[in-house]
Amino acid sequence: MTSESKTTPIANYHGSESVLELRDVSICYSGNPAVQNVSLNIFKYNVTSIIGPSGCGKSTLLRSLNRMNDFIADVTIEGSIKFDGVELTGKEIDPVLLRRRVGMVFQKPNPFPKSIYKNIAWGPGINGYEGSMDDLVEHSLVQAALWDEVKDRLQDSALSLSGGQQQRLCIARALAMAPDVLLMDEPCSALDPISTSRIEDLIFALKSKYTIVIVTHNMQQAARISDYTAFMESGKLVEFDITNQIFTNPTEKRTEEYVTGRFG
Amino acid sequence: MSISIKSYYPNEELALRIRHRKAVYFSRFCALVTWLGVALLAVLFYQIAVDGYMWLDFQFLSSFPSRFPYKAGIKSALVGTLWLITMLTFIAIPLGVSTALYLEEFSKDGRIHRLISLNISNLAGVPSIVYGIIGLAVFVRGLELERSLVSGALTMSLLILPVIIIASREAIKSVPDGIRNAAYALGATPWQTAWSHILPASFPGILTGVILSLSRAIGETAPLIMIGALTYVAFLPEGPMDSFTTLPIQIYNWISRPQEEFHQLAAAAIIVLLTVLLTMNAGAIYIRHKTEQRLK
Amino acid sequence: MKIAMTLNKSNGKNTRSTWLEKLIVGTLAGCTLISVITTVVIILMLGKESAVFFTQIPFLDFILGTRWVPLLEPTSYGVLPLVWGTLLITFGASLIAIPIGLCSAIYLSEYASSRMRSIVKPILELLAGIPTVVYGYFALTFVTPLLKTIFPSIQVFNALSGAIVVGIMILPMIATLSDNALSAVPRSLREGAYALGATSFEVTTKVVVPAALSGVMSSFLLAISRAIGETMAVTLAAGATPNMSLTFLESIQTMTAFIVQISLGDTPAGGIAYQTLFAVASLLFLITLVLNIISQWLMNRYREVYDE
Repeated sequence: MTSESKTTPIANYHGSESVLELRDVSICYSGNPAVQNVSLNIFKYNVTSIIGPSGCGKSTLLRSLNRMNDFIADVTIEGSIKFDGVELTGKEIDPVLLRRRVGMVFQKPNPFPKSIYKNIAWGPGINGYEGSMDDLVEHSLVQAALWDEVKDRLQDSALSLSGGQQQRLCIARALAMAPDVLLMDEPCSALDPISTSRIEDLIFALKSKYTIVIVTHNMQQAARISDYTAFMESGKLVEFDITNQIFTNPTEKRTEEYVTGRFG
Repeated sequence: MSISIKSYYPNEELALRIRHRKAVYFSRFCALVTWLGVALLAVLFYQIAVDGYMWLDFQFLSSFPSRFPYKAGIKSALVGTLWLITMLTFIAIPLGVSTALYLEEFSKDGRIHRLISLNISNLAGVPSIVYGIIGLAVFVRGLELERSLVSGALTMSLLILPVIIIASREAIKSVPDGIRNAAYALGATPWQTAWSHILPASFPGILTGVILSLSRAIGETAPLIMIGALTYVAFLPEGPMDSFTTLPIQIYNWISRPQEEFHQLAAAAIIVLLTVLLTMNAGAIYIRHKTEQRLK
Repeated sequence: MKIAMTLNKSNGKNTRSTWLEKLIVGTLAGCTLISVITTVVIILMLGKESAVFFTQIPFLDFILGTRWVPLLEPTSYGVLPLVWGTLLITFGASLIAIPIGLCSAIYLSEYASSRMRSIVKPILELLAGIPTVVYGYFALTFVTPLLKTIFPSIQVFNALSGAIVVGIMILPMIATLSDNALSAVPRSLREGAYALGATSFEVTTKVVVPAALSGVMSSFLLAISRAIGETMAVTLAAGATPNMSLTFLESIQTMTAFIVQISLGDTPAGGIAYQTLFAVASLLFLITLVLNIISQWLMNRYREVYDE
């Protein structure tokens, strides 16, 4: 089965618009392939999760969507990644502009060692935001479901927050840029179950306004929050479908073995 | 509440062009400034080489200092420096490594331990000339060791001890705990563990620190001037109680004379001194590099 | 064969090895004591001779006096001109070394490829190992003649030349230590900033440097303390004329240069000149000690934030 036949039917089925289109994407670190010939679509206002055993290339693939791989020496990308119909791997694309529209939340909460307020205001500030910063900070924190907890201590250091709060702050920080797409690289892997469920609720609430791609090693999480799921193994995309299909009636045997917990 | 955010970024394209340009200029500026620093080093070496090279010959290495530039040489300074290194090797290194070993392997982590550590890092920051004054007051005058090699070596030992201790502690600290546990599990005593496992494993790191500290001692001038290492020595020291001179002191002496020829002699002596030092330091850096690779 | 083992400590062989072990550890502890004794001796010697000095010269005359004429009649022991000389050199040196050193550190940690870094860093470390007397030579034979073509009125011994070479001298220290501090800033912080659409300039100046600020400041203070204690280069370059001139073009005298000047003459023990040495050295010791302690405090604070 070719990758084309995997993606096209879903697009037709759901009738949704693609924000990102990946075709035959291969990524190599110093000549070693980390991602091979991946083709899939990311649909607007949906949550897409990428699952698979550790080292399968899911984070690498995610980082190629906002060119974060640029900072790693000796990385080569082949194939085509289109964002809003524009090829984003090309030299003429400005990664700074791209990252404003494709935000990212990382595995470990990484707030800047500044105040809560400045953490949110920093991104819009450097990009020349001219609206009311106070409103934007409040708006972003409300969206990230953090406002009530921090509204009385916006000038405190972000490092004084708990891990779960820090991660929601990082989400608020990304939302302040009003991105089209939000990439999340195992955002809950460093958090306790309660914080995790708060972030899952948040993701669910955010998908009405944002397109979200989330990498996770937690299959239950993928099943709970995502509309589409891609299963990767050793750098290859094994299967991509609507989540329900992947978890209840997968086409590929490997997918079935993985989601039922027989390996991985 | 809803904010339409896109409209709040006016003149976006122009602003972005300026920001990118800033980033490029800044990175180039930093690179340029760094290479400027390296270029300064090159100028320094070039200047010294041009000034001194024609005086460098066997006669220069094998003659005593003299009032006549054409007869002058660095024999006594070289021998004095050699004496000093030898004595430092026997005084400062065992003391420094023992202290490091004690602090890392035997002493309990407590208030006193922390206080001693703090004390050592402060000693490392004391200006060398203060050690010179202490050497003058304690060794030369107090213990009546006179202006001898012993006084010089003891003063220098105090100066480089903190450096050796700090470097050795780092080296010992980097020995993985697995080695310790393995040795203890076989019934070894703490000292047996330290002697046959910790010390060999941390040897390259300690060696690096020792070389760097010795090279610092070789280049030090101020403390030896303080304890009065003679600036005109036309004989070779025969024992630790003899007076002496060293390369940096000979250099200082020649620089402070008005005649051009003596300045050139100083440059020639600097070439010798730097050759020795750079060889030692490069050796130390090489050993460290090797060790880092092995650990990876 | 019977395999038996006693855990009793009074077992014959065990006692001997325990005894030996104790002796060795005791010896090691004795070595450790040397560093403590060194500190005690430094403080006692400096304190004792300074105390004698201050029985003859009122403390306030020393610390606030503006004339330093210790060797000629009428003598005057106001230390401020020496402090001023030291400040002038340190200020000038910092003005050169801090911006250049920080930029080099930024280049090394943020921009240089790992290959470039592995070339430049050892060079800087070698630069740090050059003896100060060599910088003195550089000042007299290269920097001062060069300055003379720019400022014809400059004196043979002058503060500017001393400040420049001391600046070059402490530069590698600032560059390597600040580089260590910047490199310790976690990668995730840089990625977080880039992901918000920042350029490398913004990431470096607004996230990485502020995050490493206490580590960077610590390296500055350590370098300043080194500049204050620096002896041979300033003695050779800046001369021995205590004064409080505002220009960098005249000869001045630093605290350290004064100490060398006195010790080059054969000062008898116990005279007032001998005690002056200790009074000035005490001041020098205290200033550098305070700077070093603040520097260490900053560095420890920095390590606490990022060591996990």
